[in-house]
Amino acid sequence: MQWETVIGLEIHTQLATKSKIFSGASIAYGADPNTQACIIDLGFPGVLPVLNEAVVDMALTFGLAINAEIGPRSVFARKNYFYPDLPKGYQISQFELPIVGMGSLTIDLEDGSQKVIGITRAHLEEDAGKSLHEDFHGMSGIDLNRTGTPLLEIVSEPDMRSIKEAVAYARKIHQLVVYLGICDGNMQEGSFRVDANLSIRPFGQEAFGTRTELKNLNSFRFMERALNFELERQIDLIEGGGKVVQETRLYDADRDETRSMRSKEEANDYRYFPDPDLLPVEINDQQLQRARQNMPELPDQKRQRFESDYSLSSTDALMLTQSRQQADFFEKVVSNGGDARMAANWVTVELTGALNKAGIPLSQSPVTPEQVGGLLRRIADNTISGKLAKQVFEAMWNGEGDADKVIEAKGLKQITDSGQIETIIDEIIANNPKQVEQFRAGKDKLLGFFVGQVMKQTQGKANPGQVNKILLGKLKG
Amino acid sequence: MSLDHSDITKIAHLARMALDESQVDAYAEDLSNILGLVEQLEAAETDAIEPMSHPLHMAQRLRADAVTEEDCRDENQAVAPSVENGLYLVPRVIE
Repeated sequence: MQWETVIGLEIHTQLATKSKIFSGASIAYGADPNTQACIIDLGFPGVLPVLNEAVVDMALTFGLAINAEIGPRSVFARKNYFYPDLPKGYQISQFELPIVGMGSLTIDLEDGSQKVIGITRAHLEEDAGKSLHEDFHGMSGIDLNRTGTPLLEIVSEPDMRSIKEAVAYARKIHQLVVYLGICDGNMQEGSFRVDANLSIRPFGQEAFGTRTELKNLNSFRFMERALNFELERQIDLIEGGGKVVQETRLYDADRDETRSMRSKEEANDYRYFPDPDLLPVEINDQQLQRARQNMPELPDQKRQRFESDYSLSSTDALMLTQSRQQADFFEKVVSNGGDARMAANWVTVELTGALNKAGIPLSQSPVTPEQVGGLLRRIADNTISGKLAKQVFEAMWNGEGDADKVIEAKGLKQITDSGQIETIIDEIIANNPKQVEQFRAGKDKLLGFFVGQVMKQTQGKANPGQVNKILLGKLKG
Repeated sequence: MSLDHSDITKIAHLARMALDESQVDAYAEDLSNILGLVEQLEAAETDAIEPMSHPLHMAQRLRADAVTEEDCRDENQAVAPSVENGLYLVPRVIE
C-alpha cells in the first residue's frame, strides 16, 4: 500500500533575554547548579511572578514575522504535573489565549517549489529544570537553573507531507528566530528544541492516523534520521497487522532508533486553568508599533533585494542570506568597493572555505569585510590577478595587514606594461624554438606551456589577458 | 454528578495522595456534594457573558529585562532535606 506521511512540529525556542520570564534571575548558560534559581523560580510560598517585558516584545516580533493574529489579550495558565524538576507542581504556560495566534510560513523545497505551512499558535511558557540521573546514592540530582527560562513554543499545523518538508520547515523557523534576534539558535545547548508528531495514512484517506510524538531531536540531522526510523517503524507495524499506539518516543542517536518513553493516556490530564498570580496581558498598539519598527529585514525579503539590487543569481542570494551575519558581511564588502558578484563569490567560496577549514564561525573571522572590499578593488583595477588575490587573502587571513600593504610587501603588483611583457615573451619564444614549431604545426595545447613560462618568469604577476593576447599574436605571426 | 469508588482512586493517584481504602467512600460522598453545589451554579444564565481569566479588571504589569537576583543557593538549600554538589537530591526518578 502507498502511505502518506503527516508531520506537525512543536518547536521550543529559548528567548534571548538576560533574565527569566517571571523573575530577575540570570539565564546565562553553564553556571554552577542552582546558583541561578531564585525563590520565585523555586516556587517558595508567597512569591509572585512578574512578566518580563522583553519576552512579550520578542513574541510580538515573531508573530508579526509570520503574519499571525495577535492579541489583544493573552492569558497565562497553569499546566499541572508532578516531576521533581518542576518544584511548583505546575508550569506557567498559555492555553486558551496564546500571545500569537494563527500564522504561516513559506518553505522552499528542493525542486524549487514553495509550500505554505500553517502555524497554529506560538505561546510563552517557562522552562523546567534538569534532572541528573547519575547515581547519587540511589537519588536523582536536580539543577533548577533552567527553571523559568523563557520559551516561545511554536506549534505548526499537521501540514507537512514528507520528512524533507519537516526538516525544511524546522530550518526555516530556526533561520527566522535567529534573524529576528529572539533566539541564539544553539541546538547543542538546547536553545532550539524540536518535537515532531508523525502519523501515516493510506493515500487518499482524509482521516489522520494515530500519531506518535518524537522528542530529543537536537540537530537537524538527528531529526531527519529519527523521522525516517519512525516512519519505517509505523509502516512495518501497520503492514504487519499491528496498530500504532499514541505515545511519546525518545530518539536514541547512538542506536539510531526511537523507543517508547511514556504512555500519554494517563499522564495527559494537565488540568489547565488561568494562573491567578498573573493578570491577563494586554497588547496595545504602542507595543505592536515598537515591534514593527524593530523588525529587521526578513530572510526572504533580503534574498529578493539581493537578487534585484545586486543582480545576484538566486542561488547566490539564497546562500548569502542563510544568516543575517553573512548577509551583513557581504553588504559591507560591497559598500567597501567590492563588485557585488565578485563579493558574493569571495564570501561564499573563499571566506566560507577558510572559515570551515579553521573551524571557526564568521563572527571570529580574522579578515574583515573592509579588507575583502579592499582586495576586490585591487582585482577590479587590475593591480593584481585573481590568482594572486588568493595569496593576498591568505596573507590577510594570517594577519599581515590590508590588501594594499600585502601587495606592496610581497611585490605582487600585476605587470600590465605591454612592453615589459613583450620583452619577456620574445625571450621565451627565442629559447624554445622546438615548441614554437610544434605550435605552428597545429599543437594548440602548447599555448598553456608558453603562458606557464611567462608566469614562471614573472612569479605569476603578468596580466593573464595581456599575456594571452600578445603570445597569440607573436606565435601566429 | 456523583463520583464513584474508582474515580476517587484515580484522582488520588493523579494527585499522588496516599488514600486508605476505608477513606474512599467518605471522599466520594464529600466530593460529590461539592460537585452538586457547582451544578446549582449551572442554572445561571451565562450565554452572553465572556469568561474572565481573572477577577480583577487590570492588565499584567511588566518588568524590564534585567538581572536583579543574586546567587542565594546556600540560603535556599538550607531548607532542602538533601543536597550534594549544589544539586537538590530527590528520590530517584527515571522515565
